Amino acid sequence: MSAVAASSGPAGSSITTKVVIYGLLALFAVFYLLPLFVMVITSFKTLDEIREGNMLALPHNPTVEPWLAAWGSACVGLTCAGIKGYFWNSISMVVPAVAISTLLGALNGYVLTKWRFPGHKWVFGLMLFACFIPFQTVLIPMARILGLIGLADSIPGLVLVHVVYGLGFTTLFFRNYYEAFPNELIRAAQMDGASFFQIFRRILLPSSGPIIVVTVIFQFTNVWNDFLFGASFTSGANAPMTVALNNLVNTSTGVREYNVHMAAAMIAALPTLIVYVLAGRYFVRGLMAGAVKG
Amino acid sequence: MSMIATPVEVHPRPKEGTMMRLQAALPKLVLAPSFAAILVFVYGFILFTIYLSFTRSRLLPVYELAGFDAYQRLWSQPNWWVAITNLGIFGGLYIGVCIALGLFLAILLDQKIRGEGVLRPIYLYPMALSFIVTGTAWKWFLNPGLGLEKTMHDWGYAWFKLDWLVNPDMAIYTVVIAGVWQASGFCMAMFLAGLRGIDGEILKAAQIDGASTIALYRRIVIPMLRPVFLSAFIVLAHMAIKSYDLVIALTGGGPGNATELPSTFMYSYTFTRNQMAVGAASAVIMLMTICAIIVPYLYSELREKNS
Repeated sequence: MSAVAASSGPAGSSITTKVVIYGLLALFAVFYLLPLFVMVITSFKTLDEIREGNMLALPHNPTVEPWLAAWGSACVGLTCAGIKGYFWNSISMVVPAVAISTLLGALNGYVLTKWRFPGHKWVFGLMLFACFIPFQTVLIPMARILGLIGLADSIPGLVLVHVVYGLGFTTLFFRNYYEAFPNELIRAAQMDGASFFQIFRRILLPSSGPIIVVTVIFQFTNVWNDFLFGASFTSGANAPMTVALNNLVNTSTGVREYNVHMAAAMIAALPTLIVYVLAGRYFVRGLMAGAVKG
Repeated sequence: MSMIATPVEVHPRPKEGTMMRLQAALPKLVLAPSFAAILVFVYGFILFTIYLSFTRSRLLPVYELAGFDAYQRLWSQPNWWVAITNLGIFGGLYIGVCIALGLFLAILLDQKIRGEGVLRPIYLYPMALSFIVTGTAWKWFLNPGLGLEKTMHDWGYAWFKLDWLVNPDMAIYTVVIAGVWQASGFCMAMFLAGLRGIDGEILKAAQIDGASTIALYRRIVIPMLRPVFLSAFIVLAHMAIKSYDLVIALTGGGPGNATELPSTFMYSYTFTRNQMAVGAASAVIMLMTICAIIVPYLYSELREKNS
């Protein structure tokens, strides 16, 4: 969002209007914050306090036990070793998936804007449409192909899936960004004898900082938060974090440890929340680029 | 026959020629793997799924065609009717409420508000969360025995009743609430960006003409936001049709099949009920629904950019 100093809205003149507006805005802030607030305080309560006490009350004797249990000893399905293994699964899935899809997206965007060929619009159109397909239409063949190439139920298999289905978005981001990049600079470099990759590395990449951040954050959030692919193509110890969280919450043996569930949900949410807090501006830009300029 | 030799093209040395041709083809070679992957993994797979939907595949694919058998079975499943009815309820409310709430919040935030920088991220952060986290949080919040209902009882409002999560008639609305909670902030951001793009001069002129604030918004500002409405609708409709994680985490499709959606239907028929052909048919219906929304939109977007 561009920082426009002057607001376009007409200024509310009377004080009552102002009070009403601020009141409404505060009320909605509560609506958005309440579930997170409840999740956080519940994760620091003992089970007894959850049963006896008020959901909205701060914990009397805050305890980090639920967090430790969620991390190291809670039961996911039949194994009781917490979610730490799944957390690392997600990390080792996200890092290569984001790196590869971003790099390919940058190269694709570069070709589709600066090295145009007849039919480039069709190529881009087909890649763009791929962003929108319901993944249900590819689940069955994907499961079979992953089995055929020996990547079923594995993290590399998920990396492949996320790279392929992330390419449409990463290409879209870089294409739209490089579209605005002056062609004269490219042509001048070509005159000087710079090669395809030299132009990319020396001229485009150095000025691609913002769009790289946008793409990395967008892909990181998408891949980390994915559930459908993780649930379809992995099981047991190879599942990513979101699948493990869902299994943990729905494990029906023994007492339901709500505090542990909330701690696990917080652990699953923290990586994307931290990214959001640190670079929210870029996160929003990515969402908008993916949506408005579809 | 004329004896005058036609000018002979000077052939570069063969080695150079290959290099030059390689140079010229390099951009396409770089793009090729990605494009091939998309062709196979997206379009090839879609064709495969469409093919399967015309077979009698159950646990494993069979390749003998069986006409519209799977589609007939699909449309005769009461469960599928529940799923599409639910998608209608969920999609309609989710899109409608997100757009209304997003526009409302954007207009409020656009009134030269102090602390906009604090409020905006608060409205938007749910979008960064996984649907599984959102579902888990709301499942807890709406839990009749321990959540909001109990809290209200503790505060002395004994009449307060909120059993939507376990009430088959109301469970789909909990999915709406959680979905709106997650996506309405994003709508707000889209509308706010739209509002900030409106030329202030037009508004000033209208104000000088004596238009009231409400008339100003109704007659001038909101009509000017039409492209944003369209984008928001496309994004939300697309998210609604694909919604899967949220339902799984919040209600698991239950109680009973009360919150079944096409996405959960497809998954369970394909992977747990061994009705692969029916699952494939339902996926094809989902794809067709999305195409009906996305294709005209993409077409017009790409055309506009050309001209």
